[in-house]
Amino acid sequence: MNSITNYIKTVGKALKSLATGMGVTGYYFTHRSTAITEQYPENRATLKLAERFKGEIVMPHNEKNEHRCTGCGICETACPNGSIEIISNFEVIDGKRKKVIDKHIYHLSMCTLCGLCVDACPSDALDFGGDFEHAAFNRISLTKILNKEGSKLTKDIKE
Amino acid sequence: MAHHNQSPSEMVKKLGWLHKVLAEESDTTEKEMTDFVKQQEIISGRDPEISEEEYFINMGPQHPSTHGVLRLMVSLKGEIVQNIKPHVGYVHRGIEKMTEKMTYKQIIHLTDRLDYLSSTINNHAVCLAVENGLEVEIPERVKYVRTIIDELIRIASHQLWWGVMGMDLGALTAYFYGFRDREKVIDVLEKNTGARLLHSYYTPGGLMRDIHADFQKDIKEYIKYQRNLMNEYDDLLSNNVIFRERTEGLGIMTREEAIAYGVTGPSGRASNFACDVRKQHPYAAYDKADFKQILYTGGDSFHRYKARLDEIKESMNIIEQLVDNIPEGSYTAKMKAVLKLPEGTYFQRVEAARGELGVYVISKGDKVPYRMKFRSPNLSNLGALDKLTRNYKIADLVAIMSSLDLVIPDIDR
Repeated sequence: MNSITNYIKTVGKALKSLATGMGVTGYYFTHRSTAITEQYPENRATLKLAERFKGEIVMPHNEKNEHRCTGCGICETACPNGSIEIISNFEVIDGKRKKVIDKHIYHLSMCTLCGLCVDACPSDALDFGGDFEHAAFNRISLTKILNKEGSKLTKDIKE
Repeated sequence: MAHHNQSPSEMVKKLGWLHKVLAEESDTTEKEMTDFVKQQEIISGRDPEISEEEYFINMGPQHPSTHGVLRLMVSLKGEIVQNIKPHVGYVHRGIEKMTEKMTYKQIIHLTDRLDYLSSTINNHAVCLAVENGLEVEIPERVKYVRTIIDELIRIASHQLWWGVMGMDLGALTAYFYGFRDREKVIDVLEKNTGARLLHSYYTPGGLMRDIHADFQKDIKEYIKYQRNLMNEYDDLLSNNVIFRERTEGLGIMTREEAIAYGVTGPSGRASNFACDVRKQHPYAAYDKADFKQILYTGGDSFHRYKARLDEIKESMNIIEQLVDNIPEGSYTAKMKAVLKLPEGTYFQRVEAARGELGVYVISKGDKVPYRMKFRSPNLSNLGALDKLTRNYKIADLVAIMSSLDLVIPDIDR
């Protein structure tokens, strides 16, 4: 007799525990305001990213198409994956022979976004960009030239 | 199918039609026939050493419950697990070897990829080892921020595990709720470090950048949100009858076994093995916080589960005590541009989300280490799996493995 009561008690307890769990899910089912689903990519226009979000490396240019990169190559040596290559020329500016970057090549496909280049840059020429949709049909399109065409070194950097 | 307890000649006779065909068409001898049968068995993957009733199956490398590329060779008798041979190395990336070509600053981003769920804790281990070697004084602010972020990562890791353990046992709702709440922690971290999973926020000497202005406010909001949910976790999973039946009293590990196998972290502490590095050998700002080491005596899957849930609560306690007291000051110590560790060996251990992580560095005085070795918690925890699952049903193997919370890239490195 005792074993039968025990058995019924266990079944009762089990059903109660299931009902408690269903209570939790039931609450969220009936309260639509608790839904957290985001309709990506439909909500692209309203999508808000963190301001520090590490999406890719960019080189900010000012309105006069000037960047801050002196071509010193510290980012190139700081990078653990060889994602950065700098091709620089020597030009004569104001009677002095100066190093000027020709191409600041950035391989996004090799980059791990560790942030060492941004951290190492002595003239704050590099920064993180927020773009995160990097899917591409071929690998070459992931190799980017960060300095824009015709851009120059800004005058406010002291050497 | 050929029988193993029969003699080879009997086996050949059983394959009557083949015997006939071969005998008629060629001068096949009986010995050639037996060789042929043996060859067929080897090709079909049957190990002649295993008796007829015992057979093995491969669980993984692609199996949803291993959460990564772990291959378990499970030897079974019917449904009962006889023994398990884990095969590791499917995500071996040679991180230890790669460190020998990288400067100490560059190594940090590789350690993110060991146990990716406790990424900043791995960073912390290397940072501390390098800082101890260079004998630099770290600002108090850095210590506090590192401790808080480590605990946030621990919470995020345990939340993911909680959801995934529910999913492994068939409760898919738990999986969604676990991820829903983890998202909140990730948002706090994303705002501060800029990344969601692999932060690489620490650097030898300090932090990459100062904390975000909203950091403290966000954390307080988050903790308020999470505290209310702990009861929900209990209602949904901990007290669920199906979950209890599948975890209670299964996969029991005694204290002696935990010590012998080197099982650390919540899994070890569920067996009453006091192995919390934060308590035993405090680093960063853990000595400033008042918290208790979660210890259980049960040692079964359910107690490992309980230990992790309690750790979420304890982590929230630590954060609450520290978050208001972050001292003002610099976010990084003054460091040289090129870090060169003095010749010698250095060892540092920290408490990662799954156990004790050790970093052993041998330096010859260069800017790169001569050798770096990681003592990863998951490899030792995996070692105990064979012992824990022996003589249980194969369905329990999934539950027990889930309660150990293995992260495969940490095993292979």
